[in-house]
Amino acid sequence: MGIGLRQFAPGHRTCAGCGSAIVFRHVLEALGDDVIICQATGCMEVTTTPYPETSFKVPWIHVVFENAASVATGVKRALKAQGNNHTRVVAMGGDGGMIDIGFGAVSGALERGEDIIIIVYDTEAYSNTGLQRSGGTPFGASTTTSPAGKKIPGKQEWKKNIAMIAVMHRAKYVATANPAFWADLQAKVRKAYEMEGGTRLIHIYSPCPIGWHVDPSKTIKVAKLAVETGLWMLYEVEEGKLKINYKPKEFKPVEEYFKLQGRFKHLLGRKDIIEMVERHVREHWEMMEKVEKEGIDLPKLV
Amino acid sequence: MAREVMEGSQAVARIVANCDVKVIAAYPITPQTHIVQELAKMHADGLIDCEFVNVEAEFSAISAILGATAAGARSFTATSSQGLALMHEVVFAAAGMRLPLVMVIANRALSAPINIWNDHQDSIAERDSGWIQIYCESVQEVVDSVVQAYKIAENKNVLLPVMVCMDGFYLTHVYEPVEIPPKSKVHKFLGKFNYPYKLDPKKPLTMGPLGFPADYARLRKQLAEAVWNSKKVIKEVHDIYAKQFGRVYGDGLLEVYGDGSIALVAMGSVCGTIKDMIDKDELKDVCLVRIRTFRPFPKDEIVEVLKDRDAVVVLDRNISLGNAGAVYLEVRDALYDEKDKPKVVDFVVGLGGVDVNKATLNYVVEKARTVKSGHVEIVDGSEVSSSY
Repeated sequence: MGIGLRQFAPGHRTCAGCGSAIVFRHVLEALGDDVIICQATGCMEVTTTPYPETSFKVPWIHVVFENAASVATGVKRALKAQGNNHTRVVAMGGDGGMIDIGFGAVSGALERGEDIIIIVYDTEAYSNTGLQRSGGTPFGASTTTSPAGKKIPGKQEWKKNIAMIAVMHRAKYVATANPAFWADLQAKVRKAYEMEGGTRLIHIYSPCPIGWHVDPSKTIKVAKLAVETGLWMLYEVEEGKLKINYKPKEFKPVEEYFKLQGRFKHLLGRKDIIEMVERHVREHWEMMEKVEKEGIDLPKLV
Repeated sequence: MAREVMEGSQAVARIVANCDVKVIAAYPITPQTHIVQELAKMHADGLIDCEFVNVEAEFSAISAILGATAAGARSFTATSSQGLALMHEVVFAAAGMRLPLVMVIANRALSAPINIWNDHQDSIAERDSGWIQIYCESVQEVVDSVVQAYKIAENKNVLLPVMVCMDGFYLTHVYEPVEIPPKSKVHKFLGKFNYPYKLDPKKPLTMGPLGFPADYARLRKQLAEAVWNSKKVIKEVHDIYAKQFGRVYGDGLLEVYGDGSIALVAMGSVCGTIKDMIDKDELKDVCLVRIRTFRPFPKDEIVEVLKDRDAVVVLDRNISLGNAGAVYLEVRDALYDEKDKPKVVDFVVGLGGVDVNKATLNYVVEKARTVKSGHVEIVDGSEVSSSY
């Protein structure tokens, strides 16, 4: 049986090359059967559950856009009150549902230390509604609400970092993952699954070929380049301690990543912007490596 | 059974604690009541065996009890005014998903201007959501209605969420002698919560899928029928409860008090004042028709008790801006097919906590005698002589 198909049946309506569908297969396989999924509105709800069909072979509930973490809170508490301490409850949502409109619910769950797993699959835009700008959209990306125009070259703000925000909530476990590094992704989900008590959050890079204007056969290639350019760092923070899981020997040029994606094509040749992005990446890595090397207990900063 | 004097909010907490509730979510929206605080204290003292979740917003309060109910646990939260407005999106989803949630609404005005006092605008704004709405006259009725609400909601022929509406301040903050039915008797009345479609890894199911137009319309039709059909169960539950606990509230949907030819139609705590005036013969030839369930609307029942009156005077503690009070519009609609319909008029009273006292009621009834059918008037208090 293919990856994750025991939990997530084929035949759903995601686009060719959908990164989120790949992420779901890996996540759901790693979670296994004894789970309840609480899903935010988004592509992965719309494409998977056209009534009366469903792709989910595990119990699954969707309510609205912004409350996946709160629904998961209620489900978990209900299980606990009924003496079920084994079933894992997972809130899943995209960057829109978890980083923007549902951020309050995510933050509340983290602050309370709810015994749930939060999966943020980040397509770096509102993919379901036609690729509008989100808090997860990276600097410079052209979206339908931050279009690259004659005057403004795409989004002019940096990406909101949900993983580090979770760390500062004293989350039990925080990790970033990427479908091009699927063994690492599954190991992290499994680790979160095995833990008890406290909130575990995994932030997963999730390419959207349609929205990013990427050849659907290049989903994993783009995902891999995100890591190799240093733009997407694979790390985990356990009990406040940072560990970087993969360090490229040397970073590939950001332009290599940009040139595969229509959302960045207006930046090709814009040396000023590319240098700024590369400097941003370098400085982020320097800081994170320093934190790792010195064993800085991150939540102690707050 | 003994009656104790206690605050309305405390009485709600005490009865919720006796309903075998497993998950309680709490958020202190302004305006806040003491309901969830009282429950928090009981939880901290080990008097309720349940999960108590301090959520970060009213939106999450309803979301958490929705999730808990879907996972098979009887749940509770209370809200009011802006809190209910913030919940709006999930209020509709809960009914559409046929989840038997129970909430107590401490009825308060909606902004702007910001105002913490009583009217019914908050829950009236949710009337189209598919929730059953019970409006209570006294703290005792709120207590009894909370128990009935779980019984109605969880009935397999109903499976709808229920709002128990109590007037902010007039009921939430008053002290009244109340009888709290004991835990053992309430447990026996309610039975164990056994939601037939709960989230369970042993029997996986998908809840809250995407509905294309044909399926959406069919499911909404089912929902509409379920709300209409719930009238029967509401009455049955009321009757069984009345037998076991000894308190009657009309037929469960509607209550008629007195036999005057002018019917005052109202909901909530103001009905107590009206009853007192009828008892003392302070309102000549007036009877009270109290609507207990605004949803489902007791249309046939209300026609039966109103059609032969000379005049129907509706007291609305809300207004559908651009038209008239919501209760009036529905009462008037209900009477449309009657041959010799009575005059029907509307007085919008008590907005944002303006007192509806005997002087107001006297003003309304006297004015009603002089105006034509279709008269709609917003009484802001300045019309009413304070020297009554």
